[in-house]
Amino acid sequence: MSGHMSKEDLLKAYRKMRQIREFEERIHTEFATGEIPGFVHLYAGEEAVAVGFCEHLNDKDRISSTHRGHGHCIAKGVDIMGMMAEIYGRKTGTCGGKGGSMHIADLDVGMLGANGIVGAGPPLACGAGLASKLRKDGSVSVVFFGDGAANQGTNFESMNLAVTWDLPVVFVLENNGYAESTSPKYTARVGTENIADRARGFGMPAITVDGNDFFAVYEAAGEAIERARKGGGPAFVECKTLRYYGHFEGDAQTYRPKGEVKEARANNDPLKRFAAVVVAADLIDSAELEKIDKEVLAQIDGAVTAAKAAPEPDPESLFTDVYVSY
Amino acid sequence: MFKEAINEAIRLEMERDETVILMGLDVAGSAGTGQERDSWGGVLGVTKGLYHQFPDRVFDAPISESSYIGAAVGASACGMRAIGELMFADFLGVCFDQLYNQAAKFRYMFGGKAITPVTIRTIIGAGFCAAAQHSQSPYSIFTHVPGLKCIVPSNAYDAKGLLTTAIQDDDPCIFFEHKALYTVKMEVPEEHYRIPLGKANILQEGKDATIVALGLMVGVATKAAKQLERDGISCTIIDPRTTSPLDHDAIFSSVKKTGRLIVVDEDSSRCGFAADIIAMTAQEVFSSLKSAPQMVTPPFVPVPFAKNLETAYIPSAARVEAAVRQTME
Repeated sequence: MSGHMSKEDLLKAYRKMRQIREFEERIHTEFATGEIPGFVHLYAGEEAVAVGFCEHLNDKDRISSTHRGHGHCIAKGVDIMGMMAEIYGRKTGTCGGKGGSMHIADLDVGMLGANGIVGAGPPLACGAGLASKLRKDGSVSVVFFGDGAANQGTNFESMNLAVTWDLPVVFVLENNGYAESTSPKYTARVGTENIADRARGFGMPAITVDGNDFFAVYEAAGEAIERARKGGGPAFVECKTLRYYGHFEGDAQTYRPKGEVKEARANNDPLKRFAAVVVAADLIDSAELEKIDKEVLAQIDGAVTAAKAAPEPDPESLFTDVYVSY
Repeated sequence: MFKEAINEAIRLEMERDETVILMGLDVAGSAGTGQERDSWGGVLGVTKGLYHQFPDRVFDAPISESSYIGAAVGASACGMRAIGELMFADFLGVCFDQLYNQAAKFRYMFGGKAITPVTIRTIIGAGFCAAAQHSQSPYSIFTHVPGLKCIVPSNAYDAKGLLTTAIQDDDPCIFFEHKALYTVKMEVPEEHYRIPLGKANILQEGKDATIVALGLMVGVATKAAKQLERDGISCTIIDPRTTSPLDHDAIFSSVKKTGRLIVVDEDSSRCGFAADIIAMTAQEVFSSLKSAPQMVTPPFVPVPFAKNLETAYIPSAARVEAAVRQTME
């Protein structure tokens, strides 16, 4: 399971997952106070997917993301201080306060942006993959999308394009069981259990893994990314997971069975499962994990404090960066 | 409430006419524990209760805007009156062809042999820090297209009457609902009634200037007019209600009396509604104009996220007031 991960790798992966969890839990709390503006969609519960993939990527590799993008940003290495400031709409934010939660992007680390349009990511990732192929730099692109976006035409078209043009693109389906409020069982026939069944029809390898098992994700991700990097073309990995919060913050979640999240937090939590495995295998001492937990808590606390204290964007910034030149 | 008025218009039309069907994302939603489906009623709860009352005519769509909005168009060309709910108007980009090249052009291309009585309802507007892809008001793009009708209600009474008309209208209609209006309260008759498309509402008549405004901007214009009234400047306020068809006559005849025109618009300033009204007025009643007409629109930039930038972006009563004063100089 973790044979090819050094202790350092394991600690790094755990830290990333903990950063995502703490970041999202804190935003959930802060959002309730009314201080965070706009629409916010939290990734808590799905950490193993973003981290399991991004641990195989470097800064030249690109990812495209979704409205539920904070986890992908952190996993890809976007600065947490900048992200928090962006979510608060501050001048010091990753995008200068002009994008907000749904549009955090940092092209320097290969993060092509969270996205407000469901299904907008797959075509962009194909473009990134085409650019990699033409530049011959060995980079790959990874597109994260949900079970809702799996029904968008852009997704089907992009799978076909990636196969036809033999692009180094990995399609990562985060199947959390809810397209906003609606289960895939009401919106599809093929793929109501495993959406990966659809991808195979396009002529690419496709598998379904337990998305809350970091090691299962990491292994599947490694294979797909390595294959794409070596010129083997696209692949599809479906990760079954669960989001701990609503579609957006403020969603009363009346569509969910009672106790679903409580049960998952207790028995199927990706961080707890990771910790249980590495501690049982004597790879890491639980005290080391607790130390990370404390450091991350302080880091997120610092990010919130700094974001709250940061200035608003300059009024003139309303008019800048519409064009490069005009 | 505005959103209840919309729900009521749809319910009454579905009761009266069995060909009326509704489709959209989460219009039913998943069932929670011990509940029937109908957990959401669309993202902001506008269609709540309709799935329960009309389970065979309310369709929960996959997130596939091109196909389900297109299916609403196709079904409407084949005997149904479909209402497609598109969560946010920003997502019109995803299904643009089905409206722009299909619904809009069927009747003309087919030599008058088709009707496409489809109604697309969608949410517009800034003011919630929802950023560049969830805050736009792109009615001008659709007004630009011959064959489509565009409706931008400014209050609950109009919303119910206009939507009722749109559903029964034989042409494709796009109905733009401003998210900031949803919870605005107003007495609305319970019974069925219609407001014709292409008939402006003149909220007040004044002698000095004509302010034309749509949707949420009608309230902004009214606020500015009240302030100006204190200084002895009296304004006519015209809410065209629909951008296509457009009640030109109401605007032209008012400008003939006041000689001054100000258009307040939340959509983009270039090739937009405000520019259109001013161009037509200049062409038709130029000699009546006492000063240059003024456009009050957002700057030519995408909708920003941060609160201070978004507030500066949205046309304010103060800007409308200043524009009116400028026409008086």
